[in-house]
Amino acid sequence: MKQLNESAIKEEKLSKQSLISKGKQKRKRWESPVAGYLFLSPWLIGFFLLTLYPMLLSLYFSFTNYSLLEAPEWIGMENYSNMLFNDSTFYKSLYITLLFVVISVPLKLVTALFMAIFLNQKLKYMSFYTTFIYLPSLIGTSVAVAILWRNLFGSDGLINQFLGIFGIQGTNWIANPDSALGTLILLVVWQFGSSMVVFLAGLKQISPELYEAASVDGASKTRQFISVTLPMLSPVILFNLVLQTIGSFQMFTQAFVITKGGPIQSTYMYALYLYERAFAGFQMGYASALAWVLLIIIGVFTALIFLSSKKWVFYEAKGGK
Amino acid sequence: MQKKWISHLTLSVISLFMVYPILWWVGAAFKSNEEIDSANIFPSQLMFSNFTEGWYAIPGYSFGHFFMNTFELILGVLFTTIISCSLVAFAFARLDFPLRNFWFSIVLVTLMLPSQITLVPQYDMFNAFGWVDTYLPFIVPHALAGGIGGSFFIFLLVQFIRGIPKELDEAAKMDGCSWFGIYWRIILPLMKPPLVTVAIYCFLWNWDDFLGHLIYLNSVENYTVGLALKMFVDANSAVPWGQLFAMSLLSIIPAVIIFFFAQRHIVEGVASTGLKG
Repeated sequence: MKQLNESAIKEEKLSKQSLISKGKQKRKRWESPVAGYLFLSPWLIGFFLLTLYPMLLSLYFSFTNYSLLEAPEWIGMENYSNMLFNDSTFYKSLYITLLFVVISVPLKLVTALFMAIFLNQKLKYMSFYTTFIYLPSLIGTSVAVAILWRNLFGSDGLINQFLGIFGIQGTNWIANPDSALGTLILLVVWQFGSSMVVFLAGLKQISPELYEAASVDGASKTRQFISVTLPMLSPVILFNLVLQTIGSFQMFTQAFVITKGGPIQSTYMYALYLYERAFAGFQMGYASALAWVLLIIIGVFTALIFLSSKKWVFYEAKGGK
Repeated sequence: MQKKWISHLTLSVISLFMVYPILWWVGAAFKSNEEIDSANIFPSQLMFSNFTEGWYAIPGYSFGHFFMNTFELILGVLFTTIISCSLVAFAFARLDFPLRNFWFSIVLVTLMLPSQITLVPQYDMFNAFGWVDTYLPFIVPHALAGGIGGSFFIFLLVQFIRGIPKELDEAAKMDGCSWFGIYWRIILPLMKPPLVTVAIYCFLWNWDDFLGHLIYLNSVENYTVGLALKMFVDANSAVPWGQLFAMSLLSIIPAVIIFFFAQRHIVEGVASTGLKG
């Protein structure tokens, strides 16, 4: 990282130098826009054809009745009004998804943060431990792990065997509507390793001088954590928070494989509902409306996080970012 | 001294706790169905038949077929991603053109866009092209620097190229090298480390892109490993857990192998995105 920063500074100096030689710069000016757009063209075509156009199309579909087989039929706001006033499943899946996001994201990030701080000490075999703790994140979103989870939390699964040692009689956690969502949350929190690695890298960037200065001033370890570690790490926390929140809203595979949304829709995630409306019910218009509502909800959440970040994210120097 | 000892103990316990389900899984892949519910990691008798029978559990196709399918899909995706994302990243990092910053901010916005928003129209479009049940719905978006992680890869590569000293380009420019020449002869060879990172993530994420595979691949002939596993679970009312665990264990082996050989790249990739955002 440091190297990158240094070369960025170098680069800045260089560009200043090259400003002096304006003649050369001018020749570059006319040939570089063409070359620029040529190099950019794969992404540009992809953006218009596979992102922007489908987005607008899905907005249009959301006002229609569309089954793929027949042409879309304009029905105005009907999809949205049905969703808001007649669709209890919409509210249920939204509620479950919000619950999932609000519990799993903070839990995962707090665990990741504390583990990162714990791992950020000079000890032998540290990378060894990091590897083990990271391993679940590597395979976590696969179907294979979902299958594993289904068995672990089953009535005779490993979890109940373990609880049995302490004389606790466990239920079938996945078949029980009260605990099914909990097993999914645990699965996601178990994969805190990727966030931890990001935090760990952030912690390594904090200058030890800050801690030295703090301890000279008589700050306790807790005080140092609150006044040095947290502020210095806050940009990284923000980054993790945003990406994890957006990702969690779209949780699909695990809910689909482990619980299929059940029992009694207790894990019926929003993305799962959208998928079933689209590809089991072939209600493409309705599914598009669901997608737009999801986009708006994610947008609001992201905006709120960014707005609040002005209060809690600390940037060392304005030029540093 | 004692503090160190406590740290080691705590970390060992946590590590064991984290990987215990995986260790148990490895054991369970060798267990007989009667023994599968035991919390003990070690099977009393090694059932290699879980692997041999599981391999042919889906009538008509062996798991080898599904593995080859997945590799075929991913090879196409990897190749196109590396070419397209490096070209685009070069443009953002080195070339000067109108609206560059605007487009780059769009890249960052698409990074945050939920895939559901384009799901239905993309399906509709690819369906109209006759691409459903082929690997084109995965390969074409990647060839256009999109698909899973496309924006992320562009971002990662741009950060890296910005760190390469500009003197190199300037010198090549003096020698009459074209922009493509600079990309091909100078930047691309230097980009090896981040491209390895990109390739690893591209591999892992596409391997686990269950929703995409589920939507676009509908004949068993073209199934990927993930879909085959899901089918294996659904097809049996009494799930043959031993075989299922054996096959699902095999399905994560590529990821684990990559992880152990390229750990440094994975960690650096994660880290660089978190810090330079």
